[in-house]
Amino acid sequence: MQTYDLIIIGAGPAGITATVYAARKKMDFLVITGDIGGQTAWSSDIENYTGYQFISGPDLVQKFEEHMRSYHTNVKEGEGVTEVEKSAGLVLVKTDKGLEYQAKSVIIASGKRSRELNVPGEKEYRNKGVSYCATCDGPIFSAKDVAIIGGGNSALDACLQLIRIARQVYIINNVPQLAGDAIMRQKVEAAANVSIFNNSKVTAVLGDKMVKAIRINQEGEEKTLSVQGVFVEIGLIPNSDFVKGVEKNAQGEIIINNRNATNIPGIFAAGDVTDVSEKQIIIAAGEGSKACLSAFRYLARH
Amino acid sequence: MAKKVKIYSTPTCPWCIRVKQFLKENNIVFEDYDVSSDPAKAEEMVKKTGQMGVPVLDIEGEIIVGFDKEKIKASLGF
Repeated sequence: MQTYDLIIIGAGPAGITATVYAARKKMDFLVITGDIGGQTAWSSDIENYTGYQFISGPDLVQKFEEHMRSYHTNVKEGEGVTEVEKSAGLVLVKTDKGLEYQAKSVIIASGKRSRELNVPGEKEYRNKGVSYCATCDGPIFSAKDVAIIGGGNSALDACLQLIRIARQVYIINNVPQLAGDAIMRQKVEAAANVSIFNNSKVTAVLGDKMVKAIRINQEGEEKTLSVQGVFVEIGLIPNSDFVKGVEKNAQGEIIINNRNATNIPGIFAAGDVTDVSEKQIIIAAGEGSKACLSAFRYLARH
Repeated sequence: MAKKVKIYSTPTCPWCIRVKQFLKENNIVFEDYDVSSDPAKAEEMVKKTGQMGVPVLDIEGEIIVGFDKEKIKASLGF
């Protein structure tokens, strides 16, 4: 088996920036990723990435990808990593295509994914009314009734998009009050077609081929709401399950030091999958470059 | 003879934008249906695929849900 200097897992802002640095250092490396762009591809408007006063998520991802490809980078796209383990001084990476790769070092930049409700019907009706991206799927629910699950900023953002599209919007929030920014909260509360259910949990998604209703429990009382769409906006969880032996915090984020090293020599991590203090595109990009430079120094010593 | 490509999409969906960019880069001509403003086409898409996610590509009857580069390449032969 070929031994690479470095394997980069993930191609969001952190992973792609790491590839640019790895290419310029002429490292012998490989990128393994399910998709290109990660969460950035799902962002609508970006106004805080230096150099761009305004750019859309897809456009920024295209710029990132062009930059990465300009170095003829070896990218295994559409391949999911299932296991990362260090043994005998090398890091072994297994993927869902049944393939194995090995390298002297890895950078884990696998980001975060939407948290799921874990209630009956959720998986069955995914893309059949259940969605995790209001920006993407919202417009299909024109003049229909929808429920948004969650009460934070992402739920409010989804709500503000959907009140202009859907007929009736229900917010199912499991705490006594909506969280999130005051400006957004006020807009949501003032909208004529929004009903807010606080202290409420979704217990099931019901349907027949497509979503027809959700069942909720509000302080012990069961209710059924007729909806065609369910937007799940209850936060994100790190894609860190596949990494063996690496220290993680209570949220499952990989713990790194200020040089992006984990507790295992040769395994580095960057971006939203780590416990870095803020989750921003520009921070993830910076972390990707730091992780690559740290890996480069590590390789010089080993 | 080039295959006829139809896309069911919405203006805001990032993967719709990316799939259209990808087809344009490869000089593929396609017909684009905006399912957010065309309820009949939205219904047609749901009937064809049994699901509501966009984008959906219809390449002469072969249905591809999502931006699946490999499937698109295989279907269009490049």
